[in-house]
Amino acid sequence: MKNLAPKLSFQEYENNFTELHPPFNKITAKTEAERCLYCFDSPCTKACPTHIDIPGFIKKVATDNLLGSAKTILESNWAALTCAKACPVEELCEGACVYNEKGEKPIEIGRLQRYTMDNYFKDPSLQIFTFSEKKNKTIGIVGSGPAGLACGAELTLLGYDVTIYESNKTPGGLNTWGIAPYKLRQKDSMKEIKLIKNLGVKIKTEIKIGETFPIEDLVKKHDAIFLGVGLGESPELEIPGENLKGVYNAINFIEEVKSEKWNTIKVGKSVAIIGAGNTSIDAATEAKRLGAEQVYIIYRRDTSKMSAYEFEYLLAKKDEIIFFFNTSLKRIIGKKFVQGIECIKTKSSIKSKKDRSKLAVIPKSEFLIPVDMVIKAIGQKPYNIFLTSIPGLKLKDGKVVVNKKSYQTGNPKIFAGGDCINGGKEVVNAAFDGKMAAHGIDNYLSNNFQ
Amino acid sequence: MVDLSTNCGGIKSPNPFWLASAPPTNSAYQVCKSFEQGWGGAVWKTMGEPVMNVCNRYGGYDYNGQKVVGLNNIELISDRPIELNLKEIGETKRLFPDRAVVVSLMVESKRGIWHDIVKRTIDTGCDGIELNYGCPHGMSERGMGSAVGQVPEYCKMITEWVTEVSTIPVIVKLTPNVNNIIYPARAAKAGNASVISLINTINSIIGVDLDTFEIMPSVAGKSGHGGYAGAAVKPIALHLVSQVARDKEVNLPISAIGGISNWKDAVEFMLLGASSVQVCTAVMHYGFRIISDMIEGLTNWMESKGFASIEEFRGKSLPQLDDFGNFNLLHKTVARIDQKKCIHCNLCYIACEDGAHQCINLIPINGHSKTIVRESDCVGCSLCSLVCPVKDCISMVRVDDKSESITWNELMEEYKNENNPLTWEKLGEFQKKHGIVIH
Repeated sequence: MKNLAPKLSFQEYENNFTELHPPFNKITAKTEAERCLYCFDSPCTKACPTHIDIPGFIKKVATDNLLGSAKTILESNWAALTCAKACPVEELCEGACVYNEKGEKPIEIGRLQRYTMDNYFKDPSLQIFTFSEKKNKTIGIVGSGPAGLACGAELTLLGYDVTIYESNKTPGGLNTWGIAPYKLRQKDSMKEIKLIKNLGVKIKTEIKIGETFPIEDLVKKHDAIFLGVGLGESPELEIPGENLKGVYNAINFIEEVKSEKWNTIKVGKSVAIIGAGNTSIDAATEAKRLGAEQVYIIYRRDTSKMSAYEFEYLLAKKDEIIFFFNTSLKRIIGKKFVQGIECIKTKSSIKSKKDRSKLAVIPKSEFLIPVDMVIKAIGQKPYNIFLTSIPGLKLKDGKVVVNKKSYQTGNPKIFAGGDCINGGKEVVNAAFDGKMAAHGIDNYLSNNFQ
Repeated sequence: MVDLSTNCGGIKSPNPFWLASAPPTNSAYQVCKSFEQGWGGAVWKTMGEPVMNVCNRYGGYDYNGQKVVGLNNIELISDRPIELNLKEIGETKRLFPDRAVVVSLMVESKRGIWHDIVKRTIDTGCDGIELNYGCPHGMSERGMGSAVGQVPEYCKMITEWVTEVSTIPVIVKLTPNVNNIIYPARAAKAGNASVISLINTINSIIGVDLDTFEIMPSVAGKSGHGGYAGAAVKPIALHLVSQVARDKEVNLPISAIGGISNWKDAVEFMLLGASSVQVCTAVMHYGFRIISDMIEGLTNWMESKGFASIEEFRGKSLPQLDDFGNFNLLHKTVARIDQKKCIHCNLCYIACEDGAHQCINLIPINGHSKTIVRESDCVGCSLCSLVCPVKDCISMVRVDDKSESITWNELMEEYKNENNPLTWEKLGEFQKKHGIVIH
């Protein structure tokens, strides 16, 4: 890069990446827990993709039954700690809290769940789990993200022998490599992985299924397979200048940030993020927190079309990120290094609300923004080559097609969940898929082989 | 302009708010400070026999995040010498001649000793004497306090000893730790008391520590019952005050005590007949400053209701007090839920389903649940409306045509003949006739 952001002191970096939602202490947790109305058939539980009995676990915080509280949470969600920190609670449980309708502040469910789970992970007792009898069957899981881990943990309780195959050297998927550090640190992800290993799940890292280990062999080796492979690289922008030095993929940039080796991460003095989803916000705020002086988000459409959550947008604005809406990227300028971007203003023709493609550029509205770094955050592509190579697997719009209840794919021995079936959602969705798929696998194996 | 002044059995004060005989009235410093802030009167902390206190003395009952909903104590009467108390009482009264200064007394049950302390107390210039027949701990074991209040004969005898020499009004303070409050109240009347004050504290153990197994409050590993007070005891106090207030034989002014924390609580007691109210726990929690809201709140309420003086509303709710047998059996209410206000917590549903009469349906609509009362099944218990966290969301609506009234006592008139007793069958016919369905 031509101009790098100035280096900060270690303490400055740590301050910049300090937690957005600090933990409760014993008193504040109880005070908040006691505020909970203990609703019946509660809206928060319905809004949680894993349907945690939220009033149930909160009531247990109020009575100092913290182990019972952890049990209630883990019964529904294996990614309990990471979800407590990374879930968009405003959009889910807290957004559904009845206090919103009452005109009062919703219960801080995420922070309470974190309080319970932080306490649990101080001494993660296995006595809260009930193990079924060993079934003498083995399951292979591809990918150790939240879907794969949840599936593995649940299957282990059901009596199966589980091996997870992970291509990366450190397991955890997006929980380890994809959540902004001011929400979730790697050590939190590692706590969940350690727990799941302690249950008996084996995790084999640096094994690339489909490359170093053929999928056919895996299918032969195990009684059933679960695919929790997530998504792959960003698509190309297909504009001039895309190969200049200083053009990054958001996923790779975020991964680097997740290493927490702050002073080795290369960040431009001025950075442009392309796209306005939640990943774009992560990349933008991370760049800013790493010392970038100007960070821009360039988005073709207006705020109403932006896929980033409202609270993420507010966070970005608080971090002084500059937004260019209705702005399309025309080309990236530079000889060897990125020196700037050329943008053009757009307007949407309101012919049809549904049709997102009706976007016209405004002639002669081009303008330049000098930047040193461009981060592409325009979504992720599925692992098409790998997935299409699996016999029987069906794909639709790049997503693996599964039975909604059993999570079984077109190949009866193979099940799938997480981002690879939904095109990219939250950790909590992946954790739910993994758990439900485990029961799908259990049903399939129990019915087929008994 | 409303007049808050009170005359409680001859004891006058500019407003009905007195401090109860308790730690806040331990010294002239405290009582003078409270008077400066507006308190209408104070009952000096009980003085009498030599005592020594222990630590810890108090235990708090916290509920769902609210600190000290109830407070219990094993503190004794004043541990300061009588001479010091008398001197300070005199000085306080001289500084605040318009306030009610009442002195609480408790001495050994001997006529001469009572005569002596009463005379010395009157010499201070105070406005009244309160006899502490209520202290449930420490003193009762020594034959004083509630040991007197629990035996009507003692109650009458000692009151007589006091009133035969007293030139100022005598208040008898009753203990709630009795089967029937009326008997000690009537005994006080028979002993020529001018005023009844109630309630003193309730026998209680505040809690047990789950880690140390200690009973709280713990005195070096030992504990015992203490007197319970604070907001939690208000309903009990309201009942006992009302019992004394409606008793024709007692017929004395009442100074009400028990969980009064604000002007609203005070008004409730006055609607049940109290002439003045005494406050302790709320002051122990928040300080004398609460008086500002009490005076303002009462004044504003009286203005909004058009009452010029306390006498205009005192006892206003008493005529409603009656026996269960005189209640109208045909009064029919049902719960109605305002769907616009409902926040879908479904607490009404689960309370009715598990704790009452299963009259609410939970119907899934648009991802949440709608609660619908089956009015034909609703027994009008009102539990749902009580647990609902939204104001005025569930109302109890009267649905009978108000044309008929039959009470249990009236119904029994028909069956008073031994040859025609009331049976379940006959009751069933009565219910059927009036459309009352039991399920």
